[in-house]
Amino acid sequence: MHHEPSPHAPADEPVTLPTQRAAGCPFDPPAGLAELREERPLARMRYPDGHLGWLATGYSAVRSVLADPRFSSRYELLHLPFPGGPEGPPPPAVVGDMTGMDAPEHTRLRRLLAGKFTVRRMRRLTERVEEITAEHLDAMERRGPGVDLVEAFARPLPALVICELLGVPYADRERFQGHAHALMSRESTPEEVMAAYAGLQEYMAELVAAQRAAPSDDLLGDLARDSDLSDDELAGLGGFLLAAGLDTTANMLAHGTFALLTTPGRADALRADPELAPRAVEELMRYLTIAHTTVRSALEDVELEGRTIRAGDSVTLSLEAANRDPGRFPDPDVLDPHRTATGHLGFGHGIHQCLGQQLARVELTVALPALLGRFPTLRLAVPAEDIPLRTHMNIYGVHRLPVTWDEV
Amino acid sequence: MDIRVDRTRCLGAGMCALTAPQVFDQDEDDGLVLLLDAHPPQDRHTAVRTAAGICPASAITLTEPGSPPHP
Repeated sequence: MHHEPSPHAPADEPVTLPTQRAAGCPFDPPAGLAELREERPLARMRYPDGHLGWLATGYSAVRSVLADPRFSSRYELLHLPFPGGPEGPPPPAVVGDMTGMDAPEHTRLRRLLAGKFTVRRMRRLTERVEEITAEHLDAMERRGPGVDLVEAFARPLPALVICELLGVPYADRERFQGHAHALMSRESTPEEVMAAYAGLQEYMAELVAAQRAAPSDDLLGDLARDSDLSDDELAGLGGFLLAAGLDTTANMLAHGTFALLTTPGRADALRADPELAPRAVEELMRYLTIAHTTVRSALEDVELEGRTIRAGDSVTLSLEAANRDPGRFPDPDVLDPHRTATGHLGFGHGIHQCLGQQLARVELTVALPALLGRFPTLRLAVPAEDIPLRTHMNIYGVHRLPVTWDEV
Repeated sequence: MDIRVDRTRCLGAGMCALTAPQVFDQDEDDGLVLLLDAHPPQDRHTAVRTAAGICPASAITLTEPGSPPHP
């Protein structure tokens, strides 16, 4: 059971990772994280497998670990903070899964891709993102009030964009969406996760074979033509990019809309001033922090905030707690679209900071104001407490978002 | 203000180009940082300090009169 932190607990008594969000607070980090951050921003933590490691909740501690090459991301070195993981150490990253790699292996792949995801290249997609957005808003209007925003808007929009960017036929989505979902769910068994990787790899290998025969103009074609990647690496990297592009922006769109619609005045602020969108998007990234938790493993002894983290210790990083640190963001629990949220850890920090973040910015900056502008009376169609939350997913958000509006 | 960038550390995340676009850009091929102006005018210093501070790879170093080099 949880050892709730309290001012009376001895400073070194290990805690477990709080995972339960308070009822009626779908946008706030799990209860207990705020108290922990205030009392012990770097705390000893008992992991579900028995490991005695650390939990960082303070902004400076979390950011320091993310930036420090003495902490590894290799899965096989990590103890996992959530129950239900594999017996023993997790398997190493599959080919192409950059999230589980360190330098220099990670650097090689990141360098191949960085030029494909620059600010300028992603901004060139603005017009296409606007078209896709308008098509989905048109379809919603034709259907009339009463849709699930996840299914009608939030999920297809980024899926179409990442498919076009990579050169993956969107019509094939039945073949990859289920695998991507399994990879993101903490309820998947280790066997299901490995099966999902294998399924995705098999699908991508077919695309890679076609790209090798006749490279297209999209990202997979570019890499097939110009890089030194093996077929396996290209398929693995393609699957990684596809999975990373499907579930992330989709959840920001749906959960972001949920937050804007249910926090008084926020949707109208964005409607009144579409120029506010870039700032509002950064603030939503901070406030919602849907990629809420990550883990690193110390490769050597590291002094941090007066403590010694020993080689081999796992450190769980609560990005969502760090992004609500009042020492870094004044009034952190207020969703304020006018604030400067720059420096938030919503896309991570350090060498693994989100590769697709500039794409996500374009998608969110286009889609959120367009949605709110098209439907001035947009509102939830069910009570907020009936919205099903993604409490067991690596990316937080909502499973469905029933919305309605007044027809004009 | 004197700005130096380290392209061996840079990851091409683009945060500098997003934050201070008159001072930083990204190479069209490899995405790595391009320094457009190593001595920007005063009115860009705030944005440059922000860019240096949030760089995920700590690849930007600033030297300002009266203080040691800092990211």
